[in-house]
Amino acid sequence: MDQLVVAGKTYSSRLLVGTGKYKDFAQTRAAVEASGAQIVTVAIRRTNIGQNPGEPSLLESLPPTRFTILPNTAGCYSAQDAVRTLRLARELLDGHALVKLEVLGDPHTLYPNVVETLSAAQTLVKEGFQVMVYTSDDPIIAKQLEDIGCVAVMPLASLIGSGMGILNPWNLQIIIGNAKVPVLVDAGVGTASDAAIAMELGCDGVLMNTAIAAAKDPVLMASAMKKAVEAGREAYLAGRMAKKPYSASPSSPTSGIIAPAHNKAA
Amino acid sequence: MISLTVNGERRRFEAPLTAAQLIARLELTGKRVALERNGEIVPRGRFDQQPLSDGDRIEIVVAVGGG
Repeated sequence: MDQLVVAGKTYSSRLLVGTGKYKDFAQTRAAVEASGAQIVTVAIRRTNIGQNPGEPSLLESLPPTRFTILPNTAGCYSAQDAVRTLRLARELLDGHALVKLEVLGDPHTLYPNVVETLSAAQTLVKEGFQVMVYTSDDPIIAKQLEDIGCVAVMPLASLIGSGMGILNPWNLQIIIGNAKVPVLVDAGVGTASDAAIAMELGCDGVLMNTAIAAAKDPVLMASAMKKAVEAGREAYLAGRMAKKPYSASPSSPTSGIIAPAHNKAA
Repeated sequence: MISLTVNGERRRFEAPLTAAQLIARLELTGKRVALERNGEIVPRGRFDQQPLSDGDRIEIVVAVGGG
């Protein structure tokens, strides 16, 4: 059985989904179910302090007994803030070690700050976290993050929430070729074909949020993404045919044609 | 009375006050939260033994939707 292995744990789904930007928790849950994802990301934020008692909680809709909850550091712009956030997340999730590290560079592009990311990864790995790390599509940085001990490297396809698809498949292929840990495309997927292309390139998985949540029908898009990731993975494993740009090759037999082509000439 | 900064907001509470009592006053008992006191995590299992002091900075966080 073809499975994703992250930090020694196996997952049958190679699609990881975020839980932001949904209308309500019911829609979040329905989309997660339709996606087939087993790993779901969450953010860590200040709770209301009595302003809104009885407010429903996300983890009641997505119980950690059923899903692998992947706390992220979205919104952190320094290694220090990211580490602090994940220490709180580990406490919140009863010692859970698998986390998603992202340290952003600026609020306009949300592009990763790789210097701070490397620094945070070093601290987190030393503290026993299993770090899945969001990064740029720079193959050198990706390798350094792996060498530090990150359990998965997750380069962007394009900017977070942009839906622009895979802007640099060549860099992704270099990263995939160099890596001994899983490589997942994280951020930038817009529609199902983008996810399929990521998998056809040889990615081990895809992490997305906005492409599903911002679709007109998020639950249907979640289902589409599930199929796209599966299709892309199967195509990758099957090994695509060679491209032959200047020579056609018929799929049907060339003999036994009742009206051979040469008879039709002129 | 003691004054705490909870999630960036100044609030006054009757003393003595433990972390567990603060959680109860904020109607968060039984919720899955994590608490930080002056930058140090207080494990949930020790909320009832953790006294809070005047001027403490408290952060209480939950998991929310995010990518």
